[in-house]
Amino acid sequence: MRFFLFILFPALVCAGEIPLAERRSGYEFMSKETRAMQDDEGTGPAVLWLLDGEALWGKLGCTSCHGDAKASMKGVAARYPAVVDGKLVNLEQQVRHKAPSLAYESRDLLALTAYVARQSRGMEIQVSEKSKPHIERGREFFHRRQGQLDLACTQCHDDNWGKKLAGNPIPQAHPTGYPIYRLEWQAMGSLARRFRNCLTGMRAELLAPGSPEFVELEAYLMWRARGMKLDAPAVRP
Amino acid sequence: MSRVVVNVPAEAKRGEVIEIRTLAGHPMETGFRRTQLGELIPRDIIRSLVCTYNGVEVFRADLHPAVAANPLISFTTVATESGTLEFRWSGDNGYSATLSAAIKVV
Repeated sequence: MRFFLFILFPALVCAGEIPLAERRSGYEFMSKETRAMQDDEGTGPAVLWLLDGEALWGKLGCTSCHGDAKASMKGVAARYPAVVDGKLVNLEQQVRHKAPSLAYESRDLLALTAYVARQSRGMEIQVSEKSKPHIERGREFFHRRQGQLDLACTQCHDDNWGKKLAGNPIPQAHPTGYPIYRLEWQAMGSLARRFRNCLTGMRAELLAPGSPEFVELEAYLMWRARGMKLDAPAVRP
Repeated sequence: MSRVVVNVPAEAKRGEVIEIRTLAGHPMETGFRRTQLGELIPRDIIRSLVCTYNGVEVFRADLHPAVAANPLISFTTVATESGTLEFRWSGDNGYSATLSAAIKVV
């Protein structure tokens, strides 16, 4: 009997997808001090990028089509990644659609993306039906074992969230606050950079920011976090 | 890039203790790190922050290599009279940034 319980146990802990009511933003796993950094609207670290983003919005001529970002960009970040002209694009890719010289992970692109994302703070994440095939491929990526450690994203973020990994709580991987100011980076960074961190830990192949696999994974994670409130640009440890 | 931000209450009562928060965008490179080729990355940090209130120095801080990037420094002072608070950050490689904020004391 004991033998059978032992066999059954792994099946019980692999709970699969997190029930909607049990989903928690990364914010809820943070210390009081880190939360205070994010909640500090005036002098939180993200404000340095937001001010740069606001300046770039004018300097790059975004205003000529989109006017005041505070009105026109409201809710935009909550809808991305989205299918634009038949192709799945994330917020960064859409932000640089008329300014391809902005490189991925460059300060300017992060600043502008953070500024656009900021306009959707507090809004619920929405997912379009059109993204469905991409979401499915992202789901496949999330559940595929990869790398030298033969790990899948789901093993940490679905099955073991709330437990500790190297002394830090494992979050549920809801991308509600990207781009984020990450204390470990001491700077703003994108979701692609965060993906690359996880893949490094798994000793898996690193994909380039903006690669279709990453955007599909982002689409799946946003679907997984559908209805949750955006808090971009967030602070994370 | 030397973006700095301060948060000073616009209005305060005479004699009230007010909190001032300052944030400076700076990499605070320690000078102890090396590149992948083993070369030392030169130190590049903010060395000091000075705050004057109507010309009188009310706060001074010396910063050292262990301070994180984009340092937030908050301190308190007593609202004595209406006027201007001036902030000056200075550091390695000629880094310098200034900002002023007005306060009304009633």
